[in-house]
Amino acid sequence: MIWRALREPLIVFASLAVLLACTTLYACLPSAPFKPFVALGFAGAKAALVIVFFMRLRQSDGLSRAAPAAALAWLALLFLLSFADLLTRS
Amino acid sequence: MSALLHEPWPSRHRQAKAYRFGMWAFLGSEALFFGALFFIYAALRTTHGAALEAAARQTNLTFGVLNTFILLASSGAVAASERLSESQRGKASAAMVAAALLLGVAFLGVKLTEYHEDLARHLVPAAFDGVAASFWSFYWLATSVHALHVVIGLGLFLRLLVFAHRAQLAAHKASLRATALYWHFVDIVWIFLYPLLYLAGRGS
Repeated sequence: MIWRALREPLIVFASLAVLLACTTLYACLPSAPFKPFVALGFAGAKAALVIVFFMRLRQSDGLSRAAPAAALAWLALLFLLSFADLLTRS
Repeated sequence: MSALLHEPWPSRHRQAKAYRFGMWAFLGSEALFFGALFFIYAALRTTHGAALEAAARQTNLTFGVLNTFILLASSGAVAASERLSESQRGKASAAMVAAALLLGVAFLGVKLTEYHEDLARHLVPAAFDGVAASFWSFYWLATSVHALHVVIGLGLFLRLLVFAHRAQLAAHKASLRATALYWHFVDIVWIFLYPLLYLAGRGS
């Protein structure tokens, strides 16, 4: 019974630990390609595991999903407009 | 009206729903706050990548890995506490909150040890010029603001343990859920800080 309650958190934690090991090892490889993007990809995967399984966004109601969706949209705008300015300066 | 039901909610169910939405909305504003910080880093890395990576190589990777592992374990403990609370295992749920609290304290202990080492090695903005100074400004600002969030989280865990001590943790399920959401967010911020501060420029 107790194992049933702990099963999912344990599996997710083990997966997060494996991803942590993978991202660290990849970053330490000499001359491996696309390191910044791979590191952010691993971080995104870890964050997704935490959001979906630990924060249970999938089981949340529409109102609770709207808040992180709005935050994500505003963050996208922040990065998009700021980078548009930064990268087009002469 | 029960002592645990507050105005203006007509039922405990609606109140719990409001707690969840309130915490998600707060975390959304927090995401924008940290997002602006991350943009500063992204702009620096885009325009001065090599210099920023040279500065980041001086962070202590061992501390970074250790603290990431500790915070992931702490998040796992909070998630386990919620599941155990739902299975009516109050004592085990409180034990997991205590474990999360201890792991949070361990995180701060490692961070303070790292700060001590950073200061001994003069890894502060004033010791550098240009991009390196900007990197260390980002490092100190981002990690100290994150550590402040950890301290607030530890206070919330202590509050839950007081409820548990009074055998009221099950009645405060909504508080446990809101605290868990907050703690997982603190974990996510660190998940992104880890590659930016500790992995940039490694292996080259």
